Amino acid sequence: MQHSTINLNLKVWRQKNAKDSGRFETYKAENISTEMSFLEMFDVLNERLINEGKDPIAFDHDCREGICGMCSMHINGRAHGPWQGTTTCQLHMRAFKDGETITVEPWRAQAFPVIKDLTVDRSSFDRIQQAGGFVSVNTGNAQDGNALPIDKDKADASFAAAACIGCGACVAACKNASAMLFVSAKVSQYALLPQGEPERNTRVMNMVAQMDKEGFGACTNTGACEAECPKEISISNIARLNREYINAQMSL
Amino acid sequence: MTWKEYFTSSIGRKLVMAITGISLILFLIVHATVNGMIFFNDHGEMFNFYAHFLSHNYILRLIEIGLFIGFILHIVQGLMLWSQNNSKRPVKYAVNPGNATSKWYSRSMGILGSLLLIFLVIHLSHFWWGTKMALYAHGDAEHNLFEEMKNAFSKEWVVVVYLIGVISLCWHLLHGFSSAFQTLGINSPKYNGMIRNAGFIYSILICLAFAMMPIAMYFGWIA
Repeated sequence: MQHSTINLNLKVWRQKNAKDSGRFETYKAENISTEMSFLEMFDVLNERLINEGKDPIAFDHDCREGICGMCSMHINGRAHGPWQGTTTCQLHMRAFKDGETITVEPWRAQAFPVIKDLTVDRSSFDRIQQAGGFVSVNTGNAQDGNALPIDKDKADASFAAAACIGCGACVAACKNASAMLFVSAKVSQYALLPQGEPERNTRVMNMVAQMDKEGFGACTNTGACEAECPKEISISNIARLNREYINAQMSL
Repeated sequence: MTWKEYFTSSIGRKLVMAITGISLILFLIVHATVNGMIFFNDHGEMFNFYAHFLSHNYILRLIEIGLFIGFILHIVQGLMLWSQNNSKRPVKYAVNPGNATSKWYSRSMGILGSLLLIFLVIHLSHFWWGTKMALYAHGDAEHNLFEEMKNAFSKEWVVVVYLIGVISLCWHLLHGFSSAFQTLGINSPKYNGMIRNAGFIYSILICLAFAMMPIAMYFGWIA
């Protein structure tokens, strides 16, 4: 396998805390392997900053295999960088050219305040989830597997919606900072299954109400969220969310 | 949930935009059809006949009130959504994705809509106001709308303003048509192709028909 190293100029957003107004700072990242992930490149840079006695750049990360939803960088104007269907940790440095200048910003949204540098507070997503993203289960022994028959297509659509990792790229990509794709995935995941039936109407109403309360924008159907989602959640889920919302209000 | 909560929520507001939008889409079909009567090239006889019929029928007068309510709801709600949505990202990005993730006209509905609002005011003052004045202020006076049209479209600036209006309308419809169906929850492989194609054909046809009216009159193709 061809192995090469590149040198990069990084323009990174630095912000001490939520109250600081923040600014861009430029760093040189040298001898970066093209097989590194974007986060590993930041590890190398931070290592150097620590050795130089400087404050390392704060960024969110956890599993580094694309399933936890923690990494959250807006790279050259794109949520999770230029690749389709990947998180920042799955973005490799071979996506960039030698000598390129890369601008890295945190997610920008009123509902996602910056904590420090590139980390943002996404607890608004947790509160939306707590408002309705659950199902009631009976206590006692667990039910037998496959006791409830479920249509294969619906199970697949529910599974596809459940792939949402709640990273917030949809909000970051949307010109209105709308969380509609996230909420629609969470609502769809349950609305398609019999287990979600008991709270079906209250779930969609409460989750949408919480979404509005958190200060996310409304959907204008531009489709930018779908284009940037690392799990490729479809905006057909937003249509389902709208249907659920209409049905919930129209039901007696 | 109360109806007030429902229609002031982010989805409720979008539903108002979609329902009024589809009503306005239907209205444009009627508007283009009636105005298209000028293309019979019969010195506006057919056109004036229908214009007279439309302005003197009580049922249609009542429907016109509904049309105005639809326009006002769509405009006011649209402007409110535009300003509210703009405030949801207080610190903007230094680098934006441009057209890589969405179409420019889907992001520009507020600007296109505002251009259309300016056009609408000019348009109403040109034709609607005169018709109403003749009908109500001057005791149902004789009013030749066809001549008024010819007169208005003999001026270059009017033709240019109308063409800008029609082009804005075309882009506005290209996004608005399919967007309305998505908001109403209609998104399925069974219908998506149909909606997309119908929206494209509708936007082009309606706007071509409207664009041809000032052009044809300016160049004297219609006597």
